[in-house]
Amino acid sequence: MGEAGAVRARVPAVEGWFTTGDDGAPPALMGTRCEGCGTFAFPAESQYCRNPDCASTSFAPVELSRRGRIWSYTDARYQPPAPYVAADPYVPFCLAAVELAAEKLVVMGQVVGGVTVDDLLVGDEVELVVETLYSEDGTDYLVWKWRPLGSGQEG
Amino acid sequence: MTVSGNENKKVAVLGAGMHEWGKWGRPFVEYGLAAARDALADAGLGWRDMQFVSGADTIRNGYPGFVSGATFAQALGWTGARVSSVYAACASGAVAIANARAQILAGLCDVALVVGADTTPKGFFAPVGGERKDDPDWLRFHLMGATNPTYFALYARRRVDRFGASEEDFAQVKVKNARHGLANPYARYRKEVTVDEVLGSPMVADPLRLLEICATSDGGAALVLSSMEFARRHAGGASPLVTIDAVSTVTPTFPNTVIEMPNFATDSAAAFDSAGSETAGGFRPSIAAAAYAEAGIGPEDVHLAEVYDLSSALELDWYEDIGLCGEGEAEKLLRDGATTLGGRVPVNPSGGLSCFGEAIPAQAIAQVCECVWQLRGSAAGHQVEAARVAVTANQGLFGHGSSVVLSR
Repeated sequence: MGEAGAVRARVPAVEGWFTTGDDGAPPALMGTRCEGCGTFAFPAESQYCRNPDCASTSFAPVELSRRGRIWSYTDARYQPPAPYVAADPYVPFCLAAVELAAEKLVVMGQVVGGVTVDDLLVGDEVELVVETLYSEDGTDYLVWKWRPLGSGQEG
Repeated sequence: MTVSGNENKKVAVLGAGMHEWGKWGRPFVEYGLAAARDALADAGLGWRDMQFVSGADTIRNGYPGFVSGATFAQALGWTGARVSSVYAACASGAVAIANARAQILAGLCDVALVVGADTTPKGFFAPVGGERKDDPDWLRFHLMGATNPTYFALYARRRVDRFGASEEDFAQVKVKNARHGLANPYARYRKEVTVDEVLGSPMVADPLRLLEICATSDGGAALVLSSMEFARRHAGGASPLVTIDAVSTVTPTFPNTVIEMPNFATDSAAAFDSAGSETAGGFRPSIAAAAYAEAGIGPEDVHLAEVYDLSSALELDWYEDIGLCGEGEAEKLLRDGATTLGGRVPVNPSGGLSCFGEAIPAQAIAQVCECVWQLRGSAAGHQVEAARVAVTANQGLFGHGSSVVLSR
């Protein structure tokens, strides 16, 4: 830990997939909406629309809904292999597949730290946040995660 | 785009052969060769009789794995046989079968050898090496730590939260398959397990435990396929004659709204009226449906099924996806004993992936081998009595369906 006050660089672990919220606006996944048929895509589409009846090549960048409902969830009790960069010692985390109503698609992501599967249920509402995925050489590499919106049990 | 059933689409299975599944780390060619020689001997034919060799590729064994058809042909000795090598993830074996079948049905050859074999690393499947930030299979590990079992667990959890499946139901699938595989000489694991042992094994990806998740294995499987005309002329084959009546290698239909490995997101159905759509159930139900349609049968005609139990819970999904019961009814089918040997429609009489572990390019071929032996009545110790129609089902990464209908 140490070096309190030192400014650490914050860099998305993957370029162009999400906004970090560092500019004051809430973070969001960056997808596209087909200008021909309205089909959404995540990650962003630039070449072709997945709709077999649409030949459009124009895709508008869009921020996806920041809230959704859990389609399903699990956890990773054992350390995943590289290229996952795990903390040492390894800390298990939850994963959730989240259904976005407006986009009618399901997006996966880790659940924020400190949550266990016992805190989750299919259908629960969650919100997108950005957290550190791993740190290397003074840089925090960021990723999107899902944060449960509480089930009324929180104080 | 359904292809209609047609009696003229049958090909004969003259020979089936396998190398035992295990974990030895020897060259994959060795397993494939042993399986090929067994299949040829079973058919009463020689390697020189094969006009076409169809290999199912492995991507973890260097260049020879990417050109498996030629690799096996060279190992057997060059004869000038025509060749195909194909990769379709877990469905590679089915596509290799489909290629051989197409050659035969088109009249381009009379008899063909199909081979798949693999040597696999220990532990979780990790992506192929190198930093590949445009490859979803690399990125899902890097950005989410999403191993294969976590995807299986997402499906399992939905059964718990939506249908009331219990941990004990999942464990019972494992117990059933372990019992099925006891007498199978090709199975890697031949040991009975109890529900308590399953539930006492470590949780890997909640709600799935170690004993409920398929291992990765070495193994090899092979088939000798021929035209019906060739089979009639060739008297040396096993009796009764088993035929492949349909091979489904379907891709998904847009919008596929079920999250699938290795993807981050599903298709979007925003521009699509999915009410009452045939795609509403996702990709898996369409896989066997296409095979049934091609064979001109329905799930009620099936006497046994070999399905891809990558996890214990996934086997329950398959019951519904291949039409053995309705959505949410799989646990009841299991609890009633219908899918156990001696039941109405035994599933995975071989012991399934639960007893084999997965040898990717060999697995879909091995499913067909098991069905051949079941339909011949030669599956000693795990025989489904009087079985006449069998179906296999599996799904490969990146949108590869695989389902084969066989009959005698």
